[in-house]
Amino acid sequence: MSPKRRRRSWFQARYLLYLPLLLMTVFYLIPMYVMLVTGFKAFAEVSLKTMWVLPRGIHIDNYVEAYHKLAPHLWNSLNMVVPAAIISSFIGSINGFILARWPFRGANVIFPLLLFGMFIPYQSILIPLVEFMRDIGLYGTLAGLILTHVIYGIPITTLMFHTYYTGVPKELVEAARMDGANVWKTYLYILLPISIPSFVVVLIWQFTAIWNDFLFAVVLTSPEHWPITVALNNMAGSQVIAWNVQMAGSLITALPTLLVYIFLGRYFLRGLLTGALKG
Amino acid sequence: MSRWFKHLDFAAMALVAPSLLAVMVFVYGFIVWTMRVSFSQWKGLIPDYTWVGLKNYLELFSDPRFHVDIRNTVIFTVVFVGGSLVLGLLLAILLDQNLPGEDFFRNLFIFPMAISFIVTGVVWRWLMNPATGSRISGLNQLFDLLGLDFLINRWHTTPIWGIAAIALAAIWQMSGYTMALYLAGLRAISEELREAARVDGASEFQIYRYVVLPMLAPVTLSAVIILGHISLKVFDLIIAVAGKQLPLDVPAIYMWQITFDGYFFGRGAAIAILLLLVVSLLVIPYIRYTLTHKAEI
Repeated sequence: MSPKRRRRSWFQARYLLYLPLLLMTVFYLIPMYVMLVTGFKAFAEVSLKTMWVLPRGIHIDNYVEAYHKLAPHLWNSLNMVVPAAIISSFIGSINGFILARWPFRGANVIFPLLLFGMFIPYQSILIPLVEFMRDIGLYGTLAGLILTHVIYGIPITTLMFHTYYTGVPKELVEAARMDGANVWKTYLYILLPISIPSFVVVLIWQFTAIWNDFLFAVVLTSPEHWPITVALNNMAGSQVIAWNVQMAGSLITALPTLLVYIFLGRYFLRGLLTGALKG
Repeated sequence: MSRWFKHLDFAAMALVAPSLLAVMVFVYGFIVWTMRVSFSQWKGLIPDYTWVGLKNYLELFSDPRFHVDIRNTVIFTVVFVGGSLVLGLLLAILLDQNLPGEDFFRNLFIFPMAISFIVTGVVWRWLMNPATGSRISGLNQLFDLLGLDFLINRWHTTPIWGIAAIALAAIWQMSGYTMALYLAGLRAISEELREAARVDGASEFQIYRYVVLPMLAPVTLSAVIILGHISLKVFDLIIAVAGKQLPLDVPAIYMWQITFDGYFFGRGAAIAILLLLVVSLLVIPYIRYTLTHKAEI
């Protein structure tokens, strides 16, 4: 965010502005309230009729039950998202550097070609993707899902690093070239060391996007390899699992990305503004 | 362009080549493959590429389910994009007044962006419980307790307009993002400009109407395209709120179901290609525009 401008507000009764802001705060917090409050209620207390009532004491039965059901999938998600986010960030960083600061003939054609890939509805590649995964024997596995996220993450990570490296002075790269460094050395010794902040931004972005994915996961993985989003959806669709457990499960599913947001929120915001084009 | 540009650098090309190859195969190659499937009669577990021309497309156009999909997509897009823009702009203007606590509100409005559509959907599914009378719960119960009975409704089970309730959950998730875009746009407008308008005797409302809003037009365009293409692809949110219900069907769900539950690959591919065409109409001019104007995408 740009530095705050010090100017007198035109609004005479400024405190009145808090009214709509607080109203909107309620709107944004209602789902969180229900998720938390329901999760902490004892089984006996849980009724749709008392959805809005605070729990009598803190009980974690719902979380224990939801965790038992979701734990394997939580680990699937972690095992998938960590390598996928790291690999796709590195690929994006190399592409972004070359396309922004080491251009070659045709580079300006390649960039839009790559970019288009992040807007496509993935339905339009899903049938061949499933066939391909079957052919190489990765259909149903976590490895197949990781590969998918790495490949379809190339456009967004390239864009984000491209934006970042465009802000790095040209002179820095050209000086290295004058000294005879090749493209790889320039990247490794000049660009990479100053890329830590942008790596944080891109890693967080990819972590969130891949953790939250549902479409690829539901199509490409078999039940034992389901990431947590698919498992939660399955839990919510089941008639036998009580809604309080579903609420606790929702919080467990949301927690990793929420924690990232709470502790590294400003990096998340930067990612949002540099390349948040995907839904 | 620098003189380096004319230089053919094989090392640089070799570093980009794997990514380029992957995208050429997995994006463009697979799209062509899907197109080929959409012109085939493939229905069943065994691939069947027998050419049937436009048959799958023509069948879709006369398919009542696809008509529902189009109607739902239009309603969802209008409510979701319109709602997110209005709410996002209002919040951005409020937060641009340098109020104490601004950071807190900003972070709060954006946090739903970090959550999966599936989580949002599961929670909203219980909030939008359509039961009334003695079984009333969720938001309806809250309205009842607050004396706002006129707001009680059947949410996503409302005939025809039910999809708008899902759009409400989507607005909850994405309006903070729209706000962040607008806020960045507002911060880029120089204070001198507003001051000049003030000196000329413009009221604060007039300044927003005639100075600030027109300058935010590019932001609005970006937001419409980003939100618009998200709404065309909406899938997991609906699944999590309501499962696969015909009244809330959209092309993405129809494609998924007819392909992977019904094994009618030809029709599934046709839906996917139509979806891609509409998204491309929106996105390709946008990519061209932003790249030629050197603006940040």
